[in-house]
Amino acid sequence: MREIDETQMSDIARGAAVLGTGGGGDPYVGRLLAEQALRQHGPVTLLDVDELPDDAVVVPVALMGAPTVMLEKMPAGDEATNALRAVAQLIGKRVTHTVSIEAGGLNSVTPFIAAAELGLPLVDADAMGRAFPELQMVLPTLSGVHASPMTMADERGNAITLQTVDNAWAERLARAITVEMGCTAAVSLYVLTGRQIKELMVPGTITLCERLGTGIREAREQHRDPVAVATELLRGKKLFTGKIVDIQRKTEAGFARGEAHLDGVGEDLGSRFELAFQNEHLVARHDGEVVASVPDLICVLDTDSGEPVTTEMLRYGVRVTVLAAPCDPRWRTDAALELVGPGYFGYDHEYVPIA
Amino acid sequence: MRIGIDVGGTNTDAVLMNGSSVLAATKTHTTEDVTSGIVSALRQLREAASFDPADVVAVMIGTTHFINALVEGKNLTPTAAIRFGLPATRALPPLVDWPRRLVDVLGGHSYLCHGGHEYDGRQISPFDEREFREVLDKVADAGARSIALSSVFSPINAEFELRAAQIVDSEYPELSVSLSHEIGRMGLLGRENATIINAALRDLADHVTSGLSRTVAEAGISAPVYLSQNDGTLMDIDYARRYPVATFASGPTNSMRGAAFLSGEQDCAVVDVGGTTTDVGILQSGFPREASTDVAVAGVQTNFRMPDVLSIGIGGGSLVRSFDGKVEVGPGSVGYALTERALLFGGDTLTATDVAAAAGLIQLGDKDRVAGLDPAMVRAALESIATRTAETVDRMRTSAEPVPVVVVGGGGFLVPDNLAGASAVLRPEHGSVANAIGAAIAQVGGEVDRVFSVDPGSRDSVLDAARQEATDRAIAAGARPDSVSIVDIEEVPLAYLPGNATRIRVKAVGNLALGGNNA
Repeated sequence: MREIDETQMSDIARGAAVLGTGGGGDPYVGRLLAEQALRQHGPVTLLDVDELPDDAVVVPVALMGAPTVMLEKMPAGDEATNALRAVAQLIGKRVTHTVSIEAGGLNSVTPFIAAAELGLPLVDADAMGRAFPELQMVLPTLSGVHASPMTMADERGNAITLQTVDNAWAERLARAITVEMGCTAAVSLYVLTGRQIKELMVPGTITLCERLGTGIREAREQHRDPVAVATELLRGKKLFTGKIVDIQRKTEAGFARGEAHLDGVGEDLGSRFELAFQNEHLVARHDGEVVASVPDLICVLDTDSGEPVTTEMLRYGVRVTVLAAPCDPRWRTDAALELVGPGYFGYDHEYVPIA
Repeated sequence: MRIGIDVGGTNTDAVLMNGSSVLAATKTHTTEDVTSGIVSALRQLREAASFDPADVVAVMIGTTHFINALVEGKNLTPTAAIRFGLPATRALPPLVDWPRRLVDVLGGHSYLCHGGHEYDGRQISPFDEREFREVLDKVADAGARSIALSSVFSPINAEFELRAAQIVDSEYPELSVSLSHEIGRMGLLGRENATIINAALRDLADHVTSGLSRTVAEAGISAPVYLSQNDGTLMDIDYARRYPVATFASGPTNSMRGAAFLSGEQDCAVVDVGGTTTDVGILQSGFPREASTDVAVAGVQTNFRMPDVLSIGIGGGSLVRSFDGKVEVGPGSVGYALTERALLFGGDTLTATDVAAAAGLIQLGDKDRVAGLDPAMVRAALESIATRTAETVDRMRTSAEPVPVVVVGGGGFLVPDNLAGASAVLRPEHGSVANAIGAAIAQVGGEVDRVFSVDPGSRDSVLDAARQEATDRAIAAGARPDSVSIVDIEEVPLAYLPGNATRIRVKAVGNLALGGNNA
């Protein structure tokens, strides 16, 4: 158990954006929002998963919507808290903790805002160990946990309750409502007990975010290679260093899908690389061969600074290093791959695990 | 004929150009009031090449004035930032991430009003005129003299900013207004910050631009005066008065564009050695490579596109100190006091220029005064400069292949010919005034940055329309229609949105249409 104050949010948001694998929201906006909340309400208690009582009532919160829209229409600040309150009312129990649903520049820090305002301790975990584009893509789904009862809230004070037959429907309906709410909304869903958190979530996510963020910053300050530090902390491997020479994007089924093409520099000079993404990076190909794919983490960092580069920031001329890191082992089962593997996203190749 | 002037922190450089040939080039000290430095630069130009002021068709000026004012927190106008976006955006009000010191200088006036738009053009809230007028009264009472207006999604729909500006104009005509949709791109905080900076520079901009116009007119030149912008394009003096923030990165941009012009290299590294710092940038197809992330200026996050430049604290005026057999160059510098404080000129301070003269790299001042320097120390100092310059070039290039390095700037003699990692070290003629030449050859541009609805099959026609709009804007800004070309297209579909809403940004640039011949 430890206290987190606003001075730590910058590193946490940076590290979270690395785990966000290109998605999960903008780390700058995320950092500022959390800093404001912690300054106003004081530090948040971060609790290890082991420290959680089995009968704890844990209510997660997140923001969903289009990252580009969130850079323009920033939150009012109380959406996440309102969504959480609405769920609490629905289940009729006293909420004891909150937790993050996904690791990402915005969504790792969103629960800090609700935790600070409501005085709730935050559990050091998340439901993905990375960021995925759709709401049903969480480890609890694999164990039959329902997303609903769930609530959504916008900056106006609208709040909506959803009761869905399964988690895919939760995604489908919530997506439509988000669009109506102006493409940003807070969601609160997957109410879990302390015991479920221990069994079904990825432990230590916030701490890992912080270690990544701090490691990258310190390496830069000490003129060491920040990308190497991030690679080691993720137990990942470096796939490619290059610069973006072409980027194609299209909107399909309400998602930003696209491909970035990179030309190698340094030791990768002369070879080519492709990144395919749907908000998050899904598939990496080196000279045409698949070298990493969802659900493993494909992280893109600025080669010089080690700063995470979200898919929104990809553009011509940006010099990046691509890493891959193994996902939580639970994502590698057949059932999990059906939910989040390459096939779900329309790729006809098998999952190629990173060692 | 054109005159290009670059007002740097140390030197004011000026060139007279006819077409692509340089008729005269001069360098003088930048003066506190700036204009008297320009007066002497113009006088020196006339001494170097007699010309009839009536033959000058344009004067292009690059200045670091405005960025320095922000960095130093001096001469800033008390400014109020007013944003339309409630109930959204409340969590992060204007000035949220600014350095305390600057907030205090500006007066810290930050207000939120209802309004703004959704991504699809719906209003977040209607305009609340009473609320806005109440804010205006507070702003006036608080002593703000300039207002920065921002509104959510104003690059798509600017109605809130425009309506508010109208009210300010009629109720408080003495307040100047800066509108975010005219200044920045998508990304509310970065655009708003740029707008606040712009608003805070308005008084200074009035002062500087009228000073520049007057100075040029008093030199007998009736040609229009232009200022150069971050992207290497020009703006007229009236535009500069209203949008001083657009000059922020013109210094490095001008020196890189000038280096490309003088050397003929389109893809290379440019090393610009000034009095205090050395800036290293990369040219791609003759244009500076842009920084990949948002750039903080004086601690304020903005979303301008800035050239990707790495600076190190080495220049002609750098202090050289040796202790325990180690030699240290910079980052301290005597700056513009070089000609008083350097040993060569009778001063008592050992500078990088003294060391270069001792090694015979440059003929300057009284060589006898540096004859007694320890040769080992001189060698170590120059090696340290070479190593750090080579490292900086190495960090900037994207290829393992050695790159051509174009050395410009007044302190270029500090860079050796056998620079590690350079396929060649080029020192073009007039390289010491490359920034003034970059100003003189600057182009004019037009830009579109908006969300379009791209229906299936309509992408080509939407892109064509955007290209045409950017081209029209470049022509409206003064580009010769036959010279305009599209230099950048960016498409970003908005995630999760139906209707294929796509943010499209197109930039067009062209040569300035100038009256008379020999432009």
